[in-house]
Amino acid sequence: MNLPILTIITFLPLIGVFFILFNKGEEERVGKISFHVSLLTSLLVFVLSLFLWFSFDKTISSFQFVEEKKWIIDFVKYKVGVDGISILFVVLTAFITPICIVATYNSVKFRKKDFFIALLVMETMMIGVFCSLDLFLFYLFFEAGLIPMFLIIGIWGGIRRVYAAFKFFLYTLLGSVFMLIAIIFIYMQTGTTDVEALLALDIPVQYQYLLWLGFFASFAVKTPMWPVHTWLPDAHVEAPTSGSVILAAILLKMAGYGFIRFSLGLFPVASDFFSPLVFSLSIIAIVYTSLVALVQKDMKKLIAYSSVAHMGFVTIGIFAFNSQGIEGSIFQMISHGIVSAALFLCVGVVYDRMHTRQISDYGGVSNVMPNYAIVFMIFILASLGLPGTSGFVGEILVLIGIFKTNYLVAFFAATGVVLSACYSLSLYRRVCFGEITNDKVKALKDINYSEFIILIPLLILVILLGVYPNIILDTISTSVESLVSVYNAKIATFNNLMIK
Amino acid sequence: MENINFIYPEIFIAISILGLLMVGVFKTNSFNLVTKLTSFMFLITIPIVFLNSTVSMKLFSNNYIVDELSSFLKILILGSSAFALFFTDQYIKKNKLDKFEYPVLITTAILGMFVMVSSNNLIGLYLGIELQSLSLYVLASLNRDSTKSTEAGVKYFVLGALSSGLLLYGCSLVYGFTGSTNYYVIAENFSADNIALLFGLVFILIGLAFKISAVPFHMWTPDVYEGAPTSVTAFFALAPKVAGFGAIIRILYIAFGNVFDEWQSILIFISVASMILGAVAAIGQTNIKRLMAYSSISHMGYGLAGLATGINEGVTASVIYIFLYVVMNIGSFACILIMKRKDIYLENIRDLSGLSKNHPLVAFCLTVMLFSLAGIPPLAGFFAKFYIFMAVVKADLIILAVIGLVTSVISAFYYLRIIKIMYFDPEQEKFDPISSKGVKISLALSTLLILFYFLNPSILNFFVNLASKSVQ
Repeated sequence: MNLPILTIITFLPLIGVFFILFNKGEEERVGKISFHVSLLTSLLVFVLSLFLWFSFDKTISSFQFVEEKKWIIDFVKYKVGVDGISILFVVLTAFITPICIVATYNSVKFRKKDFFIALLVMETMMIGVFCSLDLFLFYLFFEAGLIPMFLIIGIWGGIRRVYAAFKFFLYTLLGSVFMLIAIIFIYMQTGTTDVEALLALDIPVQYQYLLWLGFFASFAVKTPMWPVHTWLPDAHVEAPTSGSVILAAILLKMAGYGFIRFSLGLFPVASDFFSPLVFSLSIIAIVYTSLVALVQKDMKKLIAYSSVAHMGFVTIGIFAFNSQGIEGSIFQMISHGIVSAALFLCVGVVYDRMHTRQISDYGGVSNVMPNYAIVFMIFILASLGLPGTSGFVGEILVLIGIFKTNYLVAFFAATGVVLSACYSLSLYRRVCFGEITNDKVKALKDINYSEFIILIPLLILVILLGVYPNIILDTISTSVESLVSVYNAKIATFNNLMIK
Repeated sequence: MENINFIYPEIFIAISILGLLMVGVFKTNSFNLVTKLTSFMFLITIPIVFLNSTVSMKLFSNNYIVDELSSFLKILILGSSAFALFFTDQYIKKNKLDKFEYPVLITTAILGMFVMVSSNNLIGLYLGIELQSLSLYVLASLNRDSTKSTEAGVKYFVLGALSSGLLLYGCSLVYGFTGSTNYYVIAENFSADNIALLFGLVFILIGLAFKISAVPFHMWTPDVYEGAPTSVTAFFALAPKVAGFGAIIRILYIAFGNVFDEWQSILIFISVASMILGAVAAIGQTNIKRLMAYSSISHMGYGLAGLATGINEGVTASVIYIFLYVVMNIGSFACILIMKRKDIYLENIRDLSGLSKNHPLVAFCLTVMLFSLAGIPPLAGFFAKFYIFMAVVKADLIILAVIGLVTSVISAFYYLRIIKIMYFDPEQEKFDPISSKGVKISLALSTLLILFYFLNPSILNFFVNLASKSVQ
């Protein structure tokens, strides 16, 4: 089949943007039309991505649906393709975007047209990141996503939105320029930026360390790892609900994906060398940010810190260098994408009614919003990794993986499980249980139809993935196995060389 | 006599200047007519230059060169000047600058720039620079009733005269020790052991760095940019930089090509200093013209970084950079000319507040320009920076690349600040409706080019590659 399906999936949202652009008239009507157009576009993308997933051959580890076109002569080709590692992120992006669009309908009150344009442009950039098989193209999408996100936080955000938007933009940009230098250097050394060719190639060991650090600078900011995580709580808190969802569910995963694809694939020796660094930063992230999350007064900030802790698990799993660890990381990323999106939406539900995110303003919500309390409960449990929910599978796989390589790291990482239970449950207790102290809470109405529609698919997925994780593991296992075996082979050759 | 055939553009412009002066002197209120004639003359000159664009000719005993590089830069100079005249027409009339000398002086400056980019001789270079600079001094103080404008003109003149003096002193040293003012002969006789020659080289570089406002010879730039009428500032930001670059490329790569090691470190210093100062000093600015001045300083730094590599890719990257810089500045200045309430032109960044609600399209165009100036992909400014850093890394100057990229993050801050003011801040009174066609068309064209450059970057690369080969 020669249909350029990946290109279509990537750039279809831009066609939606095109239609929205030529909509003029009353603000109300334009907002409505933009909503319908963008929802339709994103659903179409989602259907296409499902089609992509079903026609994906799970038994081979190489890249599929590869498209290659001339772009910049003598330098970079336009090359896209997916393998088992990246395809699920494409599906996740396509799945989360329509949910964000529906959520926007309630939470964004002004300039809806612009918001949907930004959201759709964002979708193109995010899918592009996961599809691109060329370092230059990857960087292009990775960075271009900053522009719409900057505007989303800055225009529709909360009180300190300007500060948050600037911090987000400048942190990420500063990290990324080091990756750009590394990419240029790789091109100078090897004469290509084609990822497939580079993966097959051995980059000289003496360069690997610095190049690895260049990529690490970018991914560490984006993940985010301690100590460069401080942009995330600000961005999360100030962004509108759907902005937070996109940030938590997909933007952070770009970095995890980057670690697996580029850090491990291109610089195995350096990855091995620097793994203690990653482990220590991740452990600090898990323990420290969990403790910080415990004392948060703002619901969104608490979830933001919990994201940092959960991403700590992801990085530990990736640098365990075995198939359980990496599979666990990917699973954890996808699960966290769904769960954190759901948690932010849950916060959004009460925020739209109360216009406050302070935990102390709530209490006893379960009395007036029983349905909401049930849904929120399930997502909280999934977040702390209760067996039977998707959060559990990722965590246990990561812990198994890291246990094989390093007991000590496994021990500290495991404390994170307990800590996450502490802050998650305490958040839930303070919001939902107890006496109703605030009169406004008494007047709350339970979740409405459109909120229900958004949360139900997430709820089903969380449980489905928790009970039957093979949906995901089947797709990723072949690619991960081959990644690990190539990695081990490269490390073995290097060690042999060192011994000689 | 066959030499004459290749300098038709210069001859044509020179004769036009005389003709335009005649028209201006003998006809009252002739600004409109002269401007139209000038634009028409630009349009005719571009194809004339283009006809010669595929030849590489050494004219007048190797003292004047017409090749792909000079033709490319000349077309760029003509094009950008045409735009600068085109989109400022209304501003000129509103501010009562509509004197016929205006287009004539611009044309004179262009003739000087043509000589600068083609000259293969120190005397020719000096003549070109002076012809250009003297016209620019007058242009800067064109608004005679404004103290700021006259101050700008005087400041520019005094400092410009000083730098010309330094340049001339450098020329005399080089001439004294090599026995010629021709670049080829200088290249043959230049020996790096001779301290006096190196002195000469440094003085020449200082003179040229002044003309493109590179640090530490940038002091005049913010004041002149702010003081001069906006229409003149727009012209300052475009064509003179192109010409300065052309002159620098030719003198460094041909006359001093053999002593690359001697000037490389100077150029790296100038480049790093420009990037850092341009990025840091712009943060505190509130006047958008001053801000553009610092922005142009830092962009000159990036352009020079490409030249500091001493390799073909570096020259190509610099020429691409200067081309896209010109396009981005056309767009930005077109936006600045839109900032007008009740027939008064505004210059404070604060006045842009809430632009995205009042004029969403203008805000979008300016946002594209600013993100591109900041070098965010997928806009053209990113590619421009990317090519520069690619050449820099290839020349093993990784530290320079790191500094450049970090300063680009710092400068992103002040570009973002403008975007923040446009998008995040509360709206103010609307600007006057845009009635100038020139502004609309220039803004639309430059935005489209910057926005869709990524679709096919190879076209520009192809032309620039041709151009930059001719200096190797």
